Order: sequence, then C-alpha cells, then structure tokens
Amino acid sequence: MLKLGIAIVGLALLGALVGPALSPFDPASQELALRLATPSLLHPFGLDELGRDILARVLAGARISFLVGFTVVVVSASLGTMLGAVAGYFGGRIDDLISRVIDILLAFPGLLLAIALVAVLGPSLTNVLFALTIIGWVGYARLVRGQVLRAREFEYVHAARALGASTPRILWKHIIPTAIPAVVVQATLGMAGAIIGEASLSFLGLGVQPPTPSWGTMLNGGRAHILDAPHLTLFPGLAIALLVLGLNFLGDGLRDRIDPRSNASR
Amino acid sequence: MARFLLRRLLLTIPVLIGVATLVFSLIHLVPGDPVQAMLGESASPQDVAQLRTKLGLDRPLLQQYASFARGVVRGDLGTSLRTNQPVTGIILERMPATMELAASAMVVAILFSIPLGIIAAVGKGTYVDHVATTVSLIGISMPTFWLGPLLAIVFSVWLGWFPVSGRGTVANLVLPAVTLGAPLAAILARMTRASVLEELRELYVMAARARGVSEARAVFAHAFRNSLIPIVTVIGLQFGSVLTGAVITETIFAWPGVGRLLVQSISARDYPAVQGCILLIAVTYVSMNLFIDVLYGFLDPRIRYE
Repeated sequence: MLKLGIAIVGLALLGALVGPALSPFDPASQELALRLATPSLLHPFGLDELGRDILARVLAGARISFLVGFTVVVVSASLGTMLGAVAGYFGGRIDDLISRVIDILLAFPGLLLAIALVAVLGPSLTNVLFALTIIGWVGYARLVRGQVLRAREFEYVHAARALGASTPRILWKHIIPTAIPAVVVQATLGMAGAIIGEASLSFLGLGVQPPTPSWGTMLNGGRAHILDAPHLTLFPGLAIALLVLGLNFLGDGLRDRIDPRSNASR
Repeated sequence: MARFLLRRLLLTIPVLIGVATLVFSLIHLVPGDPVQAMLGESASPQDVAQLRTKLGLDRPLLQQYASFARGVVRGDLGTSLRTNQPVTGIILERMPATMELAASAMVVAILFSIPLGIIAAVGKGTYVDHVATTVSLIGISMPTFWLGPLLAIVFSVWLGWFPVSGRGTVANLVLPAVTLGAPLAAILARMTRASVLEELRELYVMAARARGVSEARAVFAHAFRNSLIPIVTVIGLQFGSVLTGAVITETIFAWPGVGRLLVQSISARDYPAVQGCILLIAVTYVSMNLFIDVLYGFLDPRIRYE
C-alpha cells in the first residue's frame, strides 16, 4: 500500500513538475474551431469549451493542487504543532484558551468555515490557502496536545528539567519529536484533504479563478457541458481521485509502519 | 444520568457562544466596506448609508454584537438582501429538503457499508476482503463533485433512469442521496470492518464458538453487537461532513436545500443570509454531536461516570 501510494503521488508530482514543459500545448491557448472536441491522438483528453487542451490544463492544474497541498500542510502542521505543544505542556489558562478556540473551530463541520471565510474575503488562491489553513491547524494542535500531555510526564523529561534545561529546549528537543511520526501521518492525509478542499471551493466558484487551470475550476466549467461533452468532467475528476487515492494509500501505509497496532486489525 | 446530561449541556453553551461570535464577525472580515461590497461599486452614497443603517453597521461594535445575539436567541437572523424576506423563514423553508437529503444519504451509507464491512471482516485476507477494502478506499478518495456528475452521466444521460435535477419524487432523490452517501459509506465500511475484526478476536466470541453457537450467531449476536459503539460514533461525527457535502451535492443536482441557498447567497453577496445558513448548519452539527455524546452515555454507562 505504501509503495503504491509513493508511486501514484510520485508520478503525479513528476507530472506537475515537468508535464507542462513537455506538453506541446499551452494550457491557455485556444482553438475555438475545435471547442469541445472529443479525445484524439493529438489531444488525448480532448478540448474544453474554449478549445483548450485538457491534458495540458490537467498537468498545469496539478501544480495548483500540489502548491495548495504543500502550503496548507506545512503552515497548518507548524502552527498546530506549536500551539498544541504549548497548550499541552503549560496547561492552565493557556491550554484552556487554545482548547476553547479548537472547540469553536471544530463546531463548524468540514469545509463550512472555509466556505464562509472565502465567501467574505473574496475568491482567490491566497484566500483559499488562508481559509484551509485556518481549518487545518486544529487537527494537528489536538493531536500534538494529546501527545505532549503524555510525553511531559516521561522520566527523561523530568530528568531534563532537573538538569536545568530551558522550557523551549525541553519542548523542541524532548517533547515535540515524540509527536512527529503522528504529525507526518496526519500531514499526508491532510494534504489529500487540502487538495479536495481547494477543488471543492474552486468547483463552487470560490477558489482559483479562471483562466488559471485548477481541477475544481475545470470541473465547474464542465458542468454546463455534462450532456454534450462529458470528457470535460471525466479527466480533471479522475486526476483528483487518483492523487487523493495515492495520498490515502501513502497515509495508511505510513500509519501501518509507524503504529503496528493499527495494522493488527487489517 | 441527569448530572451527565447537565454537564454535557453546560459544556455546549460556550461553544455555541463562540460559534455565534465567529459568525457575527464574518461580515467585519469583508475587505473594505461590506455595504459597498454588497451593493456594488456603482451604488449611490444614499443607498449605501441606508443599507448601513438597516443592517445596524453604523452603530458601535458592541451594540451590533448585542443586537445580533438578541436576534439569534429570538430566532431573528435579519432580512435577506436578495429576497427581502426574513432569513430565518427562508432557511426553515429549505431545511426539510436538506434534512431529507442528509437522512437519505445516511440511510444509503448505512445499508451499503455495514454489510460490506461485516463481509470483509469475516472473510479477512480473502479476495472478497480485498475487493471490499479497495472499493471503500476508492469511495473515500472520490470527491462528491466528481461522483455526482459521473452518476448523472451514466444514470440520467445514458440510461435515463433518474432525473438529473429537482426535488419531489423518490426518483429525484436517488442520485443526490447516493452521491452524498458514498464517502460516508466508504468510511463506515472501513470502520465496521476494523471494529468487527477486533471483536471477533475477543475471548467471549471464542467462548461462544466453543459452546457450539453458529458462526452467524457468533458474528451478528456477539461481535457485531459490541462493535456498534464506535460505528455509532463515526455515524454521528460524519454527520458534519454530510451537511458540508450537501452544499456541493445540492449545487450539482439543483436540490432546493440550505446548501444551495448558501451558494446562491454567496454569489449575490447576501451576507445576512450567508451568516444565517452558516450559523444554522453549525448549530445543527453541534446539536448532533451533543446527541451522540448523550447516546454514547446510554450505550456505555462507564462514560457517564468519567
């Protein structure tokens, strides 16, 4: 499962990095005479409603997906780890404050808060990144807080404190590393979530704006042609599903490696 | 039990206050002047001033908040700028459609996933298990906004079995319910498999088998029954995803629910309606979580005494 995940995600990443350079067609160039043309040898995924090559746009869209996935995961994981560690280590009022903020953010199901934020801030890639990060850090913070609550009572942490190690050093060197494996698994699955989140917002017209190619925007454009040109919907959707499947395989595989107990039920 | 209920209810109050506060502040996050954004750049200063007064945005922030909070408690969420009707009324009008869709999606998910999870657990490591596990992973990875159009292409366009949009008959409900229920079914099938597998390894199941009970009885009357608690929890927790998924599913199938109202209100920059929809969905979700917590207390008495 892990190897299959690495293969799918690796191929998608390669496609995103070198695909647009290798593709003979520009994702923005239009051939209006051939609009909605079905797949052919020259255009394996066909052409869209403005006569743009769908394969070139899927490859260019992969860059947006990876950009969103990496940015949201890196920022959310860093912020969530930091706040979760502080809440878990210090406890008391700081923990209460951070935990209440987490509770309130978790009271909004799934993407709803991201939809609300982008609705008021306006549709753009930057606002999508901001909104997905706002809902993203909470999961990491909860996870790390739990791990830190356990780790702060370990004997080697007491020993470090007795030896006079500073609080930042104890957190950075002794406590946070215990949470990293779980954070890595969460990050892999979180990346799939961020990619679906961006595509959902773009599908609703709240994310990346045309003509920039994003898989969600392409699916939104394909809705009007679902009867006469289903290939507009088929290929961008397949790309999202495959990448997310690969990330889920990767996350599941990593979890099995890191936590053998989760493998016991398999 | 009464103490347990009271404690859970009291814990919910600060969360609801926080949710309402966050929803209130949404309009203040609009870059620039929210009233100008609602009316557009060409609006006259008189119109802008009039709407600002109507929305109460010309008053001090604390007064605005107090008035918003009073309105929420009384069930008054303001007036929609698009339809000029009370927001609460429009939402309540649409709520049955969303609830019908969400409930049907959950029924579809439960009917499909629980047998699949049990079959996979009983036949662990066999070809049936591999197929069931792969199907559920594909289900988790398939975004609603792709599955919906695919189902529409196959079952509406090619086969002509179901209508592609609208509400009113059972036929209208099938494709939206399957679209919305599929990801939940995938998650539930995985959960059921893992949970039943864990119970099947327990000593009491082994003892039942040793007593000579049939395999079906060992699985259904013993293992499955005890694996229900985590399954019920996941069903409750996933209710939120169903509500968010409804926003997309209702948009795909032109289903006249709260999700579609939210998207239409966003497009029209009808911020009072946007706030109302968000608040109502969040409160429904919090209430559902509270209900699951209480149910959990009934199912497992140890939780009440934590």
